Amino acid sequence: MNYHARKLLKLHLAPWRMATVAGLLLAGVAAVGARAFYLQGLHTDYLQGKGDAVANRNLTLPAHRGQITDRYGQLLAISTPVEALWARPADLQLSAAQRAHLAKVLDMPERDLTSRLAHRVRGEFSVRRPLTPEQAAAVAAMGVPGLILRREFRRYYPAGEVAAHVVGFTNIDDVGQEGVERAYQNWLAGRAGERQVLRDRHGNAIRDLAPIKMAQMGGNLALSLDLKIQFLAHRELAAAIAKHKAKGGSIVVLDAKTGEILALSNQPDFNPNNRRDYQPGPMRNRAVIDTFEPGSTVKPFVAAAVLERGLVQPGTVVSTPSDYRVGPKRVRDEHPHDSLTVTEIIQKSSNIGAAKLAMMLSPQQYWDVLNRTGFGQLPGSGFPGETAGRLRDYPTWKPVEQATMAYGYGLSVSLLQLARAYMAFANDGEVMPLSFLKREPQEIVGERVFSSAVAREVRTMMEAVTQEGGTGTRTRVPGYRVAGKTGTAHKLVDGRYAQDRYLSSFVGMAPASNPRLIIGVTIDEPSDGVYYGGSVAGPVFAQVMAASLRQLGLPPDAPDTATRLTRNASNPDGGA
Amino acid sequence: MSRVNLALAFVLVACALAVVQAQHRARVYFVELERLKKEARALDEQWGQLQLEQGTWANPARVDAAARGRLGLISPPQDRIRVETLSEAP
Repeated sequence: MNYHARKLLKLHLAPWRMATVAGLLLAGVAAVGARAFYLQGLHTDYLQGKGDAVANRNLTLPAHRGQITDRYGQLLAISTPVEALWARPADLQLSAAQRAHLAKVLDMPERDLTSRLAHRVRGEFSVRRPLTPEQAAAVAAMGVPGLILRREFRRYYPAGEVAAHVVGFTNIDDVGQEGVERAYQNWLAGRAGERQVLRDRHGNAIRDLAPIKMAQMGGNLALSLDLKIQFLAHRELAAAIAKHKAKGGSIVVLDAKTGEILALSNQPDFNPNNRRDYQPGPMRNRAVIDTFEPGSTVKPFVAAAVLERGLVQPGTVVSTPSDYRVGPKRVRDEHPHDSLTVTEIIQKSSNIGAAKLAMMLSPQQYWDVLNRTGFGQLPGSGFPGETAGRLRDYPTWKPVEQATMAYGYGLSVSLLQLARAYMAFANDGEVMPLSFLKREPQEIVGERVFSSAVAREVRTMMEAVTQEGGTGTRTRVPGYRVAGKTGTAHKLVDGRYAQDRYLSSFVGMAPASNPRLIIGVTIDEPSDGVYYGGSVAGPVFAQVMAASLRQLGLPPDAPDTATRLTRNASNPDGGA
Repeated sequence: MSRVNLALAFVLVACALAVVQAQHRARVYFVELERLKKEARALDEQWGQLQLEQGTWANPARVDAAARGRLGLISPPQDRIRVETLSEAP
């Protein structure tokens, strides 16, 4: 049919109109095509990214810090999740009423909260970390945009002050700052993992898009500490500091056979759970970081040095005239005697006797003994900031210095170092490397310092210290033989020895027949009139030693000294 | 010939449905797995908190204070302690 032929339908169109319409239609198609090509072909990455952003999620897999326990698995530090409140200023919409409510929930003045939230920072900042579970629930119930609850791990120290100096603490970002927390940061820290997932409309992960990077949990650590002994040591030390109105003090308990540190405590102390009042003073681990002049506690090393060379026997009599001089210096004894045996020099802690013994040696010989036992060397416990003390090279020694060094002036040590040196006597001449970590006996290799004969002879001399006539009669432990040495040193103040400031110390071991424990105690500036090491530090030693020996269940090696319970009628079998 | 085609088409549809079904089950299991992992993590955290609680209760300082204060216990003085040595049975 030829419509064009029909008159009614005949269009009277100019050809240019046809061309225009067709052109416009084509242009429209072309524009859509070009746009489609642009989006699909050229701009695809961007759009794909947008789409993925809706459905894909990168999740971080949190990793917590490892636990720290004592040698029997008692918890000393653990990380546990808590909620923290963060704010994103860009999204924050908080009405005045809500602000007041939030301030009440957080238990902080509204003014502080307002100034806190006024931070115009990019991104997010923390308002309060951590929140208590109740606070977290209250904040979540408010549902304010821009306030974010975030799960974080917080470190808790259930033992509190008791093990604070050894365990140390972490900062708010979970990085170790002191103690074992710092020394073993890399081992304890966890590494967060990551995974990429596809999520459905409800936010459930439905598919892994990439291989999962597993979170690496922090490693756990078992310390060598025995929490019960640690507690006893802490309690007795704190009691003695209070009783003698002292400035501070330290105590170290070593396992004489393995070199493990069973307890280490200092006064003043701090609570690692409370980071608010940060004071560096009480956080010092004095037993490891601070040095002191050991005073009479070095005398056993002098005795060992002269015995080792066969210069004297324990029974050799040495005259101890009260006008004994080395160079210009007169050596003084508080309780003079005309003559003493070598054993009595140790027992009564004679400065003159010790100086005379030391002068039998060449400087090199005496230096060699001190150096071998660890004076002037790092004790190697791995504790951050441990000190080597001071022992000058023997070529620089003057004779008078050699004499004063025989009774503990002119050299310095840390308490840990001194206790370690005493291991030579306790362990028949062999010094075991120190450790803050629990370890198996077979993995330890000791270092021989003295022959076992010399070590035993000196130990017998030190046993006399605790017997009648010795300076350490208050260090006795019923049922056990105890060996040790008292020390009372004048403190150096502004380069001069202060006449009225003392550092009282005692280092000892028990059971003396085969020592298992070494305990070193220092009390800094006791100021209630009593200052002798045997009277101030000695009783602390005796208390802790008695309780620790009982704790470890060691058989008494002098049972007769303990059988003091009256055998009365209520116990008819008592005499059997 | 057309009968074979018909059968193949039928098999094809059945396979397609099976794929859908398998995919669905995979998702369900995956969601379940995720839920259980979350639960495991929550239990782990709870275990940590219980350990913390146990550690706090068992803290020697607390036990000591409770024994002395609330229960009125004392540590025996030295003269009330007798050490017995085990002798061989006759």
